[in-house]
Amino acid sequence: MPVTVKTFGTSGEAAAALSSERDARYLGGGTLVMRALNEGDVSVSTIVRATDRALAQLDATGSRITIGAGVTFARVLAERSLGFLHPVAGSIGGPAVRNMGTIGGNLFAPAPFGDFAVALLALDASVAVQGAYGARDMPIEEFLSGRSRQADGLVLSASFQRPLSDDAFRYRKIARVRPKGAAVVTLAVHVPSSGGRAVGVRIALGAMASTPVRAKAAERTLEGHTLDAASIAAAVAAAADGTAPVDDALASAWYRREVVGVHLRRLLTGQA
Amino acid sequence: MAKTALQFRHNSRDVAVFVDGGANLLTTLRELVGDMTPKFGCGQGGCGACTVLIDGDAHLACLTLAETVAGRAVETLDGLKDGPNLHPLQRAFMEHFAAQCGYCTPGMLMAAKALLDRNPSPTRDEVVNAIAGNICRCTGYEPIIDAVLAAASGGMRGLHGPEHVPSPHMSPRTF
Repeated sequence: MPVTVKTFGTSGEAAAALSSERDARYLGGGTLVMRALNEGDVSVSTIVRATDRALAQLDATGSRITIGAGVTFARVLAERSLGFLHPVAGSIGGPAVRNMGTIGGNLFAPAPFGDFAVALLALDASVAVQGAYGARDMPIEEFLSGRSRQADGLVLSASFQRPLSDDAFRYRKIARVRPKGAAVVTLAVHVPSSGGRAVGVRIALGAMASTPVRAKAAERTLEGHTLDAASIAAAVAAAADGTAPVDDALASAWYRREVVGVHLRRLLTGQA
Repeated sequence: MAKTALQFRHNSRDVAVFVDGGANLLTTLRELVGDMTPKFGCGQGGCGACTVLIDGDAHLACLTLAETVAGRAVETLDGLKDGPNLHPLQRAFMEHFAAQCGYCTPGMLMAAKALLDRNPSPTRDEVVNAIAGNICRCTGYEPIIDAVLAAASGGMRGLHGPEHVPSPHMSPRTF
C-alpha cells in the first residue's frame, strides 16, 4: 500500500509533522520502518524523514560524547576514539545493516534487537528528544520505559560520559550464529571504580524484557564493593531479578534466565 | 496516490523512474529499471540477497526507501562484468564452485565487492565478516570464502591450468 513520504530539511519540522499525524513513523536507516512496510504493516500511513545534517553529527573528542540519532553503526566503527563501542556496533547485523542502521533507530528496536541501546543504558546516556513543544533531554531509562509513547517525538542524539578506563565498560552479546545473529541475551556493564571499589555500577541487559533493562538487584550487590568472588557471586545470583524475557525462536525465557548469570560472571571476571 | 520522480546513477548510467510512495529500492530496480540481479529473499534485512552498493557502500535494497537514492550511485551485479568479460570475483566464484542454486550469489558478489574495493587483500576473518549478512543455504560458505580470497590475491591466474585442484568443500570449520 503506497504511503506518503514527507521529507524535511530540519529536525524541528520533522518533529512537528510526527506529532501532528497519528500514523506517521520516522524513517532513519530503514531497518525497522521499511521492514514493517515490507511485512505489510498498514499502521504506517506516512513516513517522515529529515535531511538535517545535525542528526548525523558525532562529537567524541572530549569526556562527554554525543552521537547524533542519524549516525550509523558503520560510522561508530570508523571512529577511532569510540573504540570501546566497537564491539557493540560490530555485533549488530552484517556490513550492509551497519551501513544503514542508526543509533537513534536502535533505541526503538524491539527485543531481541537493540544491542546498542543496551550499551547506552549501561553508560547512563541521556536522550535528546524533539517534541511538539521543544527539545528536552531525558534519562535513557525513562526514555525506554515510555518508548511506545515516544513515537510522536523525534530523537536527536544520545550523550554520555566516556568511561574513565577501557576496562570499566564491558559488553557481551550471546547469539546462536556468529558473527551475525540476534541476541539470546546481551549484556553491557559499566563498573567505574574509586579506590578499588565499584561506584555507580550499571548492568544493562538486552533480550531480557521488551526493552533493554537494568539488572538493579545485581547492581546493588556490587555497589561499594571490590569485584571479588563473593560480590560477583551475589550479582550473578541476582542477575535475572526483575527481568521478563520471552520465548522466541532463539531461546526460551527459561533458558535466558538460566544463562544470563553465567555470562554476567564471565563479563565481570574478564573471561572470554 | 501521486508518484514521485526519482533520478539516480544505475551502474554508471542515469535512470529516471516514477516511484510509489514508500517503494523500496529493490522493487524499483527490478520492476521499473528492469535490473533483475538483486534478489528478493526475506524483505526483512536477514538474508542479504538484495545487497547493492550505494555510493560504494553495501546496502540492503529491500530496506532502502527508493527516493533516498536520488542523485546517488547504485551498483548492482548487472554492472559488475565488463562487456563479455566476467569480473574477477565472478570468475573466482565459478572456479571455486561458490554457487549452487545461485540465489544468494548476486548479494554475495556485491558484499564481496564492497570488501575488496576497500581492502584488496583481506584476511579470511575479514571475508567472513564481510559476507556475514548474506545467507547461503547450499554451499556451507567455504567455497564462497575461498573464491573471495582467490579473487583478492589475484589468484585467477593459474586457476585455469591443469595443476589446479579445487579446494576442499564443507570443511569442519564453522562459520
